[in-house]
Amino acid sequence: MKKSFRAMFYTPYMMWLALFVIAPVGLIVYYSFFNISHQFTFDNYATFFRSGTYLTMTANSVLYAFLITLISLLISYPMALVISKLKHRDLWILLVILPTWINLLLKAYAFIGLLSHDGLVNNLFELVGLPAQHMLFTDTSFILVASYIQIPFMILPIYNSLTDISDSYIKASHDLGATNWQTLTKIIIPMTMPGIKSGVQIVFIPSLSLFMLSRLIGGNKIITLGTAVEEHFLTTMNWGMGSTIGVVLIISMVVVMLFTNTKRKRGRN
Amino acid sequence: MSKTIIELQHVYKKYDDFTALKDINFKLNQGEFYTLLGPSGCGKTTILQTIAGFTDATSGQVLFDGQKINDIPANKRQLNTVFQDYALFPNMNVFENVAFGLILHKVKKAEVAERVHDALKLVQLDQYANREISELSGGQKQRIAIARAIVNRPKVLLLDEPLSALDAKLRKDMQYELRSLQQNLGITFLFVTHDQEEALAMSDQIFVMNKGQILQKGDPVDIYDEPINHFVADFIGESNIIPGHMVRDYEVSFLGHTFECADAGMRPNEPVEVVIRPEDLVITTPEKGKLQVKVSTQLFRGDYYEILAYDMQDNEWLIHSTNATTDNAIIGLTFGPNDMHVMRYNETEAKFNSRLETYEE
Repeated sequence: MKKSFRAMFYTPYMMWLALFVIAPVGLIVYYSFFNISHQFTFDNYATFFRSGTYLTMTANSVLYAFLITLISLLISYPMALVISKLKHRDLWILLVILPTWINLLLKAYAFIGLLSHDGLVNNLFELVGLPAQHMLFTDTSFILVASYIQIPFMILPIYNSLTDISDSYIKASHDLGATNWQTLTKIIIPMTMPGIKSGVQIVFIPSLSLFMLSRLIGGNKIITLGTAVEEHFLTTMNWGMGSTIGVVLIISMVVVMLFTNTKRKRGRN
Repeated sequence: MSKTIIELQHVYKKYDDFTALKDINFKLNQGEFYTLLGPSGCGKTTILQTIAGFTDATSGQVLFDGQKINDIPANKRQLNTVFQDYALFPNMNVFENVAFGLILHKVKKAEVAERVHDALKLVQLDQYANREISELSGGQKQRIAIARAIVNRPKVLLLDEPLSALDAKLRKDMQYELRSLQQNLGITFLFVTHDQEEALAMSDQIFVMNKGQILQKGDPVDIYDEPINHFVADFIGESNIIPGHMVRDYEVSFLGHTFECADAGMRPNEPVEVVIRPEDLVITTPEKGKLQVKVSTQLFRGDYYEILAYDMQDNEWLIHSTNATTDNAIIGLTFGPNDMHVMRYNETEAKFNSRLETYEE
């Protein structure tokens, strides 16, 4: 009786897991072993790891994802630090989270409006006498917009780990003679490492396969693995190659997860 | 007379609509064990934080070694704190925690190792240098927190209810250890607690606080035997407090009887309160007793019986006795003149002390 009751609660989760996690991943792996004429082959993997294009693309994806993660971390950490000390910090953090409720596509279009040749930013430049800049469809604008979109996801875990630090650690650090800077680098940052790690995970992994932004803001000049997957499935119809890239992405995600999840184990020597 | 190391002059701490400290004045001498004792919210921790530099006094002066330190930040003050929750950094092991202050002060590596070892030895945990903080028990964390605080050789150690998280047995042991540690180091300890037993056991001097004010200061015996007012008498130890009035010097009247007492210096017929400690009441037969009470309940406390009884006017009496009595029996109570302590209403500490001086040898 009790057992079947519990099974009832498990069923939706199990079904969700089977249908939307295990089955798609299985299918991606399965398709990655077929070429464009539906014959079983390892060629897709051979192509991927031999061709300079795909490897450059991978390097590009990793580089851009790294830059996006780094920039959002550099902006988010000080921001989270300041917000965690404010009086109405819950309200302020809500304001940071608010933009995530708006659809990504809408935000991307908004940036097109802001950054375009006759956009608001260039208008402002003109007001102060600067020449109009070509901003849309550049690497810089792609990285900045992507970072902007990722910042809330970076701030939240850092903010949470900051607010978890008891005030007495900070007092103890000052008490033992540490300056504010020493307290930040020796106590606060090490203690918020778990928050930083989960922020990096949440930002880095999706950034590996951003394709819509690279198209709308980056002007399709930046070809990342995400763009390549989209091309193969929708344009060249080479599902096998697309799936192979997908498998590579999944594996790199697992690697990042393992890398950022390592629990600090310290010996008792 | 040893040297004054910390002095507070007219220190006030005000929040928007709340005064946490009202005109705090005291001097702490080098090498003594002081305790700030009071119920939670009385301002004792605020005093500690003002001295440590975690909070600013609204007005008044904080002097350290004769120098005003109001504007000196916490990290530049030559004193250290043991926190209630220990605040041992979880990202460092025991050695790194204790060495933290020394490394910040750019002490040489070999000396750091030696001083950390010595500090850990003082708290008897020299084998634990490489342990993680999460591997320690509450009592061990407590000792590491003390080691971390004394390794910088502060002139004053501030302790913010450091024993409150320990179990009763460990707390008793730590009382002995803290006391002997303080005597070995010869530095000033300022200990904050709400536990009167801790305060009485360890201190050279106790400051009893309530509602942001220091009500009475003195050594433990004086505070216990001669509390200044109802609050102190009630807060320190168990007590029976009975309203009465002074007939004349050395004679007090309460519950319709007049008794010989050891207090003087009050106006004739002044209304007073009389304190009699439960252990000073002796049970006898109703005929021999100065008072007759009816036993209500008895609790066996291990080393004594705690007896709750009521007199004819329905006043509650608490009696500590090594022997049990019978429930609902009428018993007599006797006490000597020195077992009573007479308190005036609203007497200031200065007046209280000068009055005691007029008739005490």
